[in-house]
Amino acid sequence: MAILLSQIVFIEEQAAGIGKSAKIVVHLHPAPPNKEPGPFQSSKNSYIKLSFKEHGQIEFYRRLSEEMTQRRWENMPVSQSLQTNRGPQPGRIRAVGIVGIERKLEEKRKETDKNISEAFEDLSKLMIKAKEMVELSKSIANKIKDKQGDITEDETIRFKSYLLSMGIANPVTRETYGSGTQYHMQLAKQLAGILQVPLEERGGIMSLTEVYCLVNRARGMELLSPEDLVNACKMLEALKLPLRLRVFDSGVMVIELQSHKEEEMVASALETVSEKGSLTSEEFAKLVGMSVLLAKERLLLAEKMGHLCRDDSVEGLRFYPNLFMTQS
Amino acid sequence: MAMSFEWPWQYRFPPFFTLQPNVDTRQKQLAAWCSLVLSFCRLHKQSSMTVMEAQESPLFNNVKLQRKLPVESIQIVLEELRKKGNLEWLDKSKSSFLIMWRRPEEWGKLIYQWVSRSGQNNSIFTLYELTNGEDTEDEEFHGLDEATLLRALQALQQEHKAEIITVSDGRAAVASLLRLVLDPS
Repeated sequence: MAILLSQIVFIEEQAAGIGKSAKIVVHLHPAPPNKEPGPFQSSKNSYIKLSFKEHGQIEFYRRLSEEMTQRRWENMPVSQSLQTNRGPQPGRIRAVGIVGIERKLEEKRKETDKNISEAFEDLSKLMIKAKEMVELSKSIANKIKDKQGDITEDETIRFKSYLLSMGIANPVTRETYGSGTQYHMQLAKQLAGILQVPLEERGGIMSLTEVYCLVNRARGMELLSPEDLVNACKMLEALKLPLRLRVFDSGVMVIELQSHKEEEMVASALETVSEKGSLTSEEFAKLVGMSVLLAKERLLLAEKMGHLCRDDSVEGLRFYPNLFMTQS
Repeated sequence: MAMSFEWPWQYRFPPFFTLQPNVDTRQKQLAAWCSLVLSFCRLHKQSSMTVMEAQESPLFNNVKLQRKLPVESIQIVLEELRKKGNLEWLDKSKSSFLIMWRRPEEWGKLIYQWVSRSGQNNSIFTLYELTNGEDTEDEEFHGLDEATLLRALQALQQEHKAEIITVSDGRAAVASLLRLVLDPS
């Protein structure tokens, strides 16, 4: 018992319900006159229902849909009668007109789809490989970490650069290798050259963020990372360069000219504050022509040295001359 | 009486109401607070206070300056006073305290000096006599509050210079008596 696929107009799913099994409804063309004899000679319905008692409905539907899309029976010039090798049957649907064009487009789409899936298949294979590579690199990096003494600095740097180019974070901390390298030493000397004039222009002191922006703007390409900048700056004093890195109690980092004496600046800050009675960091910054960040650090240093005291209220943080010490 | 109270210069200095981070500055600040609290309480004859009262009192709240000492800093000032012997907490939760502008030992000394001066060694006094009797009118401890007096006498007792005797006089009240012993050594 069989029905030609070419008889099918349209198929749809009917979900299972209570007491009802899942079904596929197959809408059919009218039967051709030379229809093979079957269980029924005719039916008032133009569809049949396939009932799936347990499962298999999804798979069957999928395959049937595929066949419906591919319409392979149309591509075959020879008759595909299921029963015998008869001649082409007038009931067959031919690929003509708009319908035919649509079908061809559909086919092409399917083909493209298939190609893309295949391509992605390669990518997912690549990704699996990449994962393996990452694991391998990590294990090598760990071995390096363990054998720190045995591997030369040069090789380590080379290997680390390979890791970096593969986008793997460096497992060895900057501190162990970062601070003392040739690179940072050279960089420190370079910085001393670049920063001399800007520092003089800014009263001998600049915050590290200002330095970072200035230096990277000047470089244009091959920008410095913050870590490299800090590590180079840490070497300034050791290399006896005319600048130094200074870290305030608050954690703010600045570059100072060696000749710059922040403590002396504090004395002048005290004068300024005394003249005005009291000042906030912003007011002081404006008066002196400094960035607010550095102004605040100077006032805090003055407070630490006992020259100023603070008034902290809803009105804000103001600094006063330290009358607790100077007055009886 | 409040009007005759002279506020110290710090009271009009805004930083006075901010606990100073610089350790040396803070020391001076706390010393100034302690002496302000004691002189304020002395003038206002205030021997005890709650922390709530203190927060709102003009002592810690300078309305004109628009500055208040925050409660955590008030606690620090009170702790300083306690360490110096001028303050005693009256309850476990530290909500109210006894404030003594003179330390109990100092009061004890004054009382003892008066006794030996007036040749009343070995006499017995009621507490009331000491603080409200005619004989003591000219003395500094005249009018002293009972809580502080008791502590002063306890300090003397510690030094074996006095003995506090508790007597029931038949009525429900219990009186404390004092016998002062002048120790020749």
